[in-house]
Amino acid sequence: MYVAAKGGEKAIRNAHALLAKRRRGNRNLPSISLAQIAQQLTLAVDRVMAEGSLYDVELAALAVKQARGDLIEAIFLIRAFRTTLPRFGYAQALDTAEMLVRRRVSATYKDLPGGQLLGPTFDYTHRLLDTSLGVADQANEVDDQAGESKTADDAAAPVSMPRVTDLLGQEGLIEGAPADDGSEPFDITRAPVSYPVDRSTRLQTLARGDEGYLLALGYSTQRGYGRSHPFVGEIRFGDVEVIFDAPELGFEVSLGTVQVTECQSVNQFKGTATTAPQFTRGYGLVFGQCERKALSMALVERALRWEELGEERGAPAQDEEFVLSHCDNVQATGFVEHLKLPHYVDFQAELDLVRRMRAEHEESRRAADMKEAAE
Amino acid sequence: MQPSRDESSNANAWRATRQGVMAVMARAESAELDAILERLGPVPAASNLKPPEVGLVMLRGRTGGDGAPFNLGEATVSRAAIRLEGGAAGFAYRLGRDLKAARAAAILDALWQDEARRAAVEEALMPVRARLADAAATVRTETAATKVDFFTLVRGED
Repeated sequence: MYVAAKGGEKAIRNAHALLAKRRRGNRNLPSISLAQIAQQLTLAVDRVMAEGSLYDVELAALAVKQARGDLIEAIFLIRAFRTTLPRFGYAQALDTAEMLVRRRVSATYKDLPGGQLLGPTFDYTHRLLDTSLGVADQANEVDDQAGESKTADDAAAPVSMPRVTDLLGQEGLIEGAPADDGSEPFDITRAPVSYPVDRSTRLQTLARGDEGYLLALGYSTQRGYGRSHPFVGEIRFGDVEVIFDAPELGFEVSLGTVQVTECQSVNQFKGTATTAPQFTRGYGLVFGQCERKALSMALVERALRWEELGEERGAPAQDEEFVLSHCDNVQATGFVEHLKLPHYVDFQAELDLVRRMRAEHEESRRAADMKEAAE
Repeated sequence: MQPSRDESSNANAWRATRQGVMAVMARAESAELDAILERLGPVPAASNLKPPEVGLVMLRGRTGGDGAPFNLGEATVSRAAIRLEGGAAGFAYRLGRDLKAARAAAILDALWQDEARRAAVEEALMPVRARLADAAATVRTETAATKVDFFTLVRGED
């Protein structure tokens, strides 16, 4: 426990002024604009939206700037901001099959309908630093509004891209997704969580969970801690439409589009006495282009299903309460970093205690020495 | 009394068209909406049915893409509700925090409901529709250029 400390107001004020100065850096350089952050540090912005659990590109860019690039601090700012706004309601579930696909690959099928679309990916790059990026380039005077290609070629036409799991599902080789029974999913932002939880609650918790934490846990499942032999059935990233039932209109309206990354993992297949062996699934869905996170989420989501699938338990990634109650980096950083705040009274009590224990220890040692000498 | 089938299908078509217009306005830039209002002017005065407001909508996904829903995370949404002097009530919902754009969209929604003005509103929205279609086509073309055909190689017999 820490108790309120008085004083230090002037020092705190000065520290914050210094923070602002350091954030600004060399004043001979132009200040970075939110549009530049949103356009050129897109993946940082995406991560802040995903783990801040709030889709708003401009706000996330502002948070990245204010936090001096500390993404967990930025996520914290976003989480704090969202508590200031009223909730209008729940949107209809996003339809990822109708996505405007910007990237879509499958590691299980090379010839899938709609094709393998690499999109903007770091995969297959050589990871060599590109010194040409170190040279400042001038903004080109191009018209943002002008379409780059107005050709009506085939590539521009919408293409159907069925999910890979739907293809496997047609043969019964893979388990179906749990049916929508029309009930409202649990919302961890509205009610306290008590374990065990259902799959929807796990997915909501993981979707806002820390990327690094989920990456490590996902990695652990591959290394043998609760292994489930995953394949990436499909990863897709792109734009999906948000549809909302507007209460005052009495019909649904389209609010625009958001970008999401979806990952379907395809895993082994035990089957039970009543069901034939079939592939099982893990699912990941994340705001923005957060592929590492979506894939890690799918691995962990699958590992957490051990009981339902009749698997042995024993790996850290299978421990639902442990995994879910530690994956939120805002909660985690709040509790870890509060250790930096004044704990003087607490510590004073412990100082007194350790002094008393040492005195007692010394006394009993002396008594033992005296006894020994007397014998 | 039940509406006749013709009446209800007309109502459905009217609603679907209005939804389509609202969808375009939700994606339009603030400056585009301002320019359209300018072009359609003079527009009757609009009073707020309630003040324009920014709030949150919880977005949802489905387990496995097509299964039971779960809460994914929130998005900022602005909404506006207005009534035109001597005219219809207009509403707007759009992602983001641009209240001015939401209010402009609500005014356009009300103008669209006026049959005398509907064609003009639709026409003014054409360039926005074209821009959005172009942007989507560009994404598809760019993405299609990264389409790969992977070959699997037969392993040696050793």
